[in-house]
Amino acid sequence: MSVDKKTVAKIAKLARIRVDEEQQEALSGELNQILGWIEQLSELDTEGVEPMTSVVSMTQPLREDVVNDGHYVDQVTKNAPESAHGFFAVPKVIE
Amino acid sequence: MSNLTHLNISDALDGMNKGDFTARELTQAHVNAMEETRELNAYIVETPEIALDMADASDKRRAAGEVGIMEGIPIAMKDLFCTKGTQTTAASHILEGFVPTYESTVSGNLWNAGAVMLGKSNLDQFAMGSANITSYFGNVINPWQREGSTAPLTPGGSSGGSAATVAARAAMAATGTDTGGSIRQPAAFSGIVGLKPTYGRCSRWGVVAFASSLDQAGPMTRSVRDAAIMLEAMASYDEKDSTSVNIGVPSYQKALTGDIRGLKVGIPKEYRIDGTPAEIDQAWERGIEWVKAAGAEPVEISLPHTKYALPAYYIIAPAECSSNLARYDGVRYGLRVDGESLDDMYERTRAEGFGDEVKRRILIGTYVLSAGYYDAFYNKARRVRTLIANDFKKAYETVDVILTPTAPSPAFGIGEKMDDPIAMYLNDVFTVPASLAGLPGISIPTGLSNEGTPLGLQLLGKAFDEETVLKVAGVMEEAAGFSALPQLMAGGK
Amino acid sequence: MSYRVKGNTGEWEVVIGLEVHAQVISKSKLFSGASTKFGADPNDQVSLVDAAMPGMLPVLNKQVVEQGIRTGLGLRAQINLKSVFERKNYFYADLPQGYQISQFLEPIVGKGNLTLDLEGGETRVVGIERMHLEQDAGKSIHDQHPTQSYIDLNRTGVALMEVVSDPDLRSPEEAGAYLRKMRSILRYLGTCDGNMDEGSMRADVNVSVRKPGDELGTRTETKNVNSIRYVMQAVEFEAKRQVKVLEDGGEIVQETRQFDPSNGSTRSLRSKEEAHDYRYFPDPDLLPLVLDPKWVEEIKASIPELPDEKKERFIKDFGLSSYDAGILVIDRDRADFYEEVTKGGDPKVAANWVTGDFFGALNKSGLTLAETPVSAKQLGGLIALIKDNTISGRTAKEVFEAMWETSKDADTIVEEKGLKQISDTGPIEAAIDEIMAANPSQVEAFRGGNEKLIGWFVGQTMKATGGKANPGMVNQLLKKKLAG
Repeated sequence: MSVDKKTVAKIAKLARIRVDEEQQEALSGELNQILGWIEQLSELDTEGVEPMTSVVSMTQPLREDVVNDGHYVDQVTKNAPESAHGFFAVPKVIE
Repeated sequence: MSNLTHLNISDALDGMNKGDFTARELTQAHVNAMEETRELNAYIVETPEIALDMADASDKRRAAGEVGIMEGIPIAMKDLFCTKGTQTTAASHILEGFVPTYESTVSGNLWNAGAVMLGKSNLDQFAMGSANITSYFGNVINPWQREGSTAPLTPGGSSGGSAATVAARAAMAATGTDTGGSIRQPAAFSGIVGLKPTYGRCSRWGVVAFASSLDQAGPMTRSVRDAAIMLEAMASYDEKDSTSVNIGVPSYQKALTGDIRGLKVGIPKEYRIDGTPAEIDQAWERGIEWVKAAGAEPVEISLPHTKYALPAYYIIAPAECSSNLARYDGVRYGLRVDGESLDDMYERTRAEGFGDEVKRRILIGTYVLSAGYYDAFYNKARRVRTLIANDFKKAYETVDVILTPTAPSPAFGIGEKMDDPIAMYLNDVFTVPASLAGLPGISIPTGLSNEGTPLGLQLLGKAFDEETVLKVAGVMEEAAGFSALPQLMAGGK
Repeated sequence: MSYRVKGNTGEWEVVIGLEVHAQVISKSKLFSGASTKFGADPNDQVSLVDAAMPGMLPVLNKQVVEQGIRTGLGLRAQINLKSVFERKNYFYADLPQGYQISQFLEPIVGKGNLTLDLEGGETRVVGIERMHLEQDAGKSIHDQHPTQSYIDLNRTGVALMEVVSDPDLRSPEEAGAYLRKMRSILRYLGTCDGNMDEGSMRADVNVSVRKPGDELGTRTETKNVNSIRYVMQAVEFEAKRQVKVLEDGGEIVQETRQFDPSNGSTRSLRSKEEAHDYRYFPDPDLLPLVLDPKWVEEIKASIPELPDEKKERFIKDFGLSSYDAGILVIDRDRADFYEEVTKGGDPKVAANWVTGDFFGALNKSGLTLAETPVSAKQLGGLIALIKDNTISGRTAKEVFEAMWETSKDADTIVEEKGLKQISDTGPIEAAIDEIMAANPSQVEAFRGGNEKLIGWFVGQTMKATGGKANPGMVNQLLKKKLAG
């Protein structure tokens, strides 16, 4: 398979990373090189092998339903580039 | 007291216990060393005031008889660990100016054990890299130089700042994190000891995530004993990390008995790769002789899926990172580049905030997870991961540890391999398989290359058997007697 | 009669599937210890985990898992002993992680079903495809600033259950019945409060149309509809719109639509929507959720009697009609109230009283069941007085009104007002004799064959006794005396 400029633009959009027209060409080359190298996996037969979900041979631990966090809006918004009245502020979203 | 910066942790603890010097004196010596070695660019932020305050508090505790396992030991904290009140950037522009209101579990454990923070050490951006050339805050320089050359070498990565400052005697030890080799490979390049514990041994809470299923924190020190001491301080079960394993933390120093008689040491034949420099193989052979001489038995083993580890890793790690790094969006912290709309703001912020390698991996990860490719890439890689873990499981039915080279080459020059991402990725060929399997591994310096730069060997262990790994490493360290010093070092060579 | 949309080319069948998002009742969030309470100050109920600060990690709430299992059992569904949390990746201002933790390939609850209670006491079983647990998103506020949106993360990370139905529903009424029944079951189980106006329950509505017997048509999905009435309106609007599009030679586009409550219409969100690609993958911060079958059994044992079983029991044990039983079991408090009332005696009379006068009075005074001035026990007391002939049914209505005013027991009111029914033959006979003596012509007419006049005599006798005479006895005595 090969990643063309259009695909680069599409995945860059999905990843919300602005990629200028002229960068698309270079990136498509780099990504193809990496993906081509990764493709060697296809020569390996993995039929019937369970995909690994975690190397830890444990199951999900459960937490008791206790309210023991929150109530620190100042900490939550402390590092925000822009906030107002306890809210985070972002460019207006038109629905 | 001029040689305080040359002490190992274990010696320094003795010295302070005996009253030979104080934590403040030890810290001041390291603060000076840190300033003296600034050309290495090993720190993103130096925190001398915090260090001296912590040292004073440590001296008070010692006077009161409260002595932690790392009491008064000045260390560097990789700038991937969130530190309360001190900027944490992951070496990225996108997190520049971010000051956490919380302390990571591992750094908190270290402070509770009495350690002193010298500063936040430099790294590859978001821990993505093997040469510490992707930091927004500039390259880190290896304190080692090739014989007869002053050309700057890479300290390896991603924990390059940690490795460089420990090697340069500007910190007694440092924290690292290892996703595919980011502790072990820089340790090998910089002539120090680097231990990646079993996945789940150290909490990931408060550590900026790269690839969650692989990331693991560990110590970077100048001796195996120091690694044992520091791991004991770092490790804990943490309810806040669902992947943290509830197993008691042993006193790892006790494992350093020096007796490895009868242990079986696996030598994986697949790690003999065409094109590896002869000196790497020779160093490996020497290592095999050492364990044999100490009464252990080298056994040839097969890890048949080794060659697929790197490509599988370069699917899994980017996939996870593409999702983990979605939170850097300019809304709640870090950089924001204004835009005409919300999406425009996201796209500009992330384009400017992330470096090229980070973007490359996010795009790869986005691609391999996207509709139509998920099975061919991501699920395939997860299946390969199962096979690799099974390889190790099978091997450990017959051997106790596995001995391999840490990296396929000694430290290379900054600027080399830069235009070929795959050549760069191949640095991790020996470290990635154990990462995928979640197993513990250590790199120890065992000699010098033909160019006079350090070479490391790697020991891998069974899950949660850091003790055997440390035990064998201790014996090999003794046999190697590595005492060479880097050129760019505090106090000069 | 099946619901059909009439078009120019004939009748069309509507096929509906619903995805219900129900907020799980729990004190803390799905993966953090922040509170789930409604209506806090902005970003007050937000932990570092909810705000997706660097290095923060999720830890699963046990109570939410238990609620999920309970709901699955209540929907007669398969409980999957292993399930996996995955990340659904997309960017939005109120989604701090850049992904929603949800379940995708391996949900906690598999196939189940739900019984619809339809008009006239009819029922129909509808398939449940699956149910999974997931995080809610935060809230964007667009009307506070001219050029900015404000983000509040209080809801971020609150646990939701998403219940997906099979495309088994065929009319707006069935869609409404499905939601009412779902809400009823969740409330019985105590797993969701079902308050749609607070957003604790909302539905995505999938609608398609086809000619009866044809293959399924292309569907549209109307998102986030937050009342039962709106869901029914959305179905109706979509069905008619689709029929018109198809009959005009157009094609239905599979798309997301938005409901407009101001006029009951839906509109396409296509222009705003780019191709979504959620890139689901198992969340590496979490491990597979594996349930101990013993725990599931324990939860099963703690499940209360649910509306369907209760209804069946009311029909069988109390002889109620399917309709009455259905009304009484809609919520648990109501059913419990009714059962308490039946202790007064005749369960059928009790059902008539509860569904009739009692609910009527509640409605009229705008009170909820919890606020009733007449307790179940008191209403039972009133019915007991009817049963033992202390008062007549008609008097009972008067007593009930007084009880509603004063919250006094029926006994007390009957006593105070002297409403006790006369069941002695003496006074009744005396009254009858007096009436017959005063109205000989009527007596003659009756005896001459005008039997309808009995009603007139009953009325006169009741009047004479101040309405307190036992009507049965009056009838009986009149017949005897008039017959001569």
